[in-house]
Amino acid sequence: MEWIQQIVNGISLGSIYALIALGYTMVYGIIKLINFAHGDVFMLGAFIGFFAIARWDMHFIPALLMAMILCAVIGVIIERVAYKRLRNATRIAALITAIGVSLLIEYTVIFFRGASPEAYPTIFERSTLNIFGVQIDTKSIFILGVSIVLMLLLQFIVHRTKIGKAMRAVSHDADAARLMGINVDNTISATFAIGSALAGAAGVIFGIYYTRIEPLMGVLPGLKAFVAAVLGGIGIIPGAMAGGLVLGVVETIVSALGFSMWRDAAAFIILILILILRPAGIFGKNAREKV
Amino acid sequence: MKKSKVFWGYAIIALVIYIVVQALISFGMVNMHYQNMLITMCINVMLAVSLHLVIGVTGQFSIGHAGFLAIGAYISAIFTMKLGMPFPVAILAGALAAMLAGLVVGIPSLRLRGDYLAIATLGFAEIIRIIFVNVDYVGGAAGMQVTHLSTWTYAFIGVAITIIIISNFTNSRHGRACISIREDEIAADAMGINTTYYKVAAFAIGSFFAGIAGAIYAHNFYIIQPTAFGFLKSFDILILVVLGGLGSLSGAVIAAIFLTFISTYLQAFPETRMIIYSLVLILVMLYRPTGLLGTKEITDLFKFGKRGGTKI
Repeated sequence: MEWIQQIVNGISLGSIYALIALGYTMVYGIIKLINFAHGDVFMLGAFIGFFAIARWDMHFIPALLMAMILCAVIGVIIERVAYKRLRNATRIAALITAIGVSLLIEYTVIFFRGASPEAYPTIFERSTLNIFGVQIDTKSIFILGVSIVLMLLLQFIVHRTKIGKAMRAVSHDADAARLMGINVDNTISATFAIGSALAGAAGVIFGIYYTRIEPLMGVLPGLKAFVAAVLGGIGIIPGAMAGGLVLGVVETIVSALGFSMWRDAAAFIILILILILRPAGIFGKNAREKV
Repeated sequence: MKKSKVFWGYAIIALVIYIVVQALISFGMVNMHYQNMLITMCINVMLAVSLHLVIGVTGQFSIGHAGFLAIGAYISAIFTMKLGMPFPVAILAGALAAMLAGLVVGIPSLRLRGDYLAIATLGFAEIIRIIFVNVDYVGGAAGMQVTHLSTWTYAFIGVAITIIIISNFTNSRHGRACISIREDEIAADAMGINTTYYKVAAFAIGSFFAGIAGAIYAHNFYIIQPTAFGFLKSFDILILVVLGGLGSLSGAVIAAIFLTFISTYLQAFPETRMIIYSLVLILVMLYRPTGLLGTKEITDLFKFGKRGGTKI
């Protein structure tokens, strides 16, 4: 029975990864850039949520919305200031800029508030649900609920709205989309806004779940979310969700087996195996590179 | 004939630099603090030049260089501290172990391209670091005690060998093959260049010299810890190469010397240092995506008489 408990924990952790991975995969799908700063947007989201709840006495839902909106704005600013000029630059230049933006965000936050961790306020009483003898933390269920709602919302935006259609068109072929009268710049900004909002939400629920946040907390979840995106097939939205969940469950199982020190290595081993064995990811089709 | 003259010219300049600094150290004009800075400078030059071979010359975007540094550091420390071997043997062992790791990492991951390679090398470096955290033989997370054996002589010889071998490699037939891979991998492949072979070769040579740097790094402090070899260290090395110019050996050397100088003085304010670093990185990439020197060497700037023609 303990296994089921672990798997539920794994799924909650995985849904956080999935929320971050969605932003990665959308941005990668549209401009082919590993946005290293994405993990730091996640961190900023956690801190905005912290300030909203602990200092300004907001309730959970307004705090979550505020974190999402501010993160969306930050994401668009990052894109406009740092990445827009580099659309036609080499991949290496774009990737190095992303690393630079990531370091800049981290150390600016450290500069203003120090590197010490912060304890997240508890907004839920700690209680467990007993389902057929399985003890499940209500926080896990709650996190899962918020993630599922956000993912459904994203599916709706991408598949049912005009901007979603534009996003799919631009990620398929930006030049053709431009010829068809789609404003590519705005579409890319919208992608960053949506991805960053999801990362901000992930930051808030991460803070509630783990009750401890710090300025460098975005680095490892960011990398793992990228692993999740690659695992599911980069650029594919359901793939990112599945990849995040798989990664979360694997990590929890590795920890539960007593190898908690190796937990972080597990993600990277999965990454390397996937890259070598099936670079297109679980859901991806193997497309031949055009010469 | 003319090329070998240039070579001996550089050799004499290097020898003069070495003798002057060594004389200053012997006469006690350079205190421990500055000696440390000199050795750190040499380590950074080695790291920058070895990564330059992978990123700048071959165009393979590896951001896991700290992993090879870690292997060189730990293996050499095991040789001196646990097995009681002399320091030069330990340096060689560390370098060979790093090269072996470079081969192991390189053969599977160099089939990948661009971003995927970057993220895979980052992953490998993290795995290496986590292995060292979990092995109690080398002290686990607490780190490993190492005696201070690195001297200016070792560091300087390391730098000299690194620069000589890598610059000769770059100018050889093999180096030109690597440059062609950087410029256009598919075209290079079509011209009959064994791209995988050259990529792995460049990667292994780069790791070898990172291993030497690691050995000297380990014996320059009294303790080595896995946390020192995280991806921030990899990014630090990357910054040296990028700032110097992607593809410029002298650029990498100058950037390494210059940035070590600055960061020694900014050591007291690590946050400010990282903010300045990241801003410089972003601005250089936005306004000069090939780095400060580009693919030019510093000597090209002085050849005024030789302008013109189609030499690039």
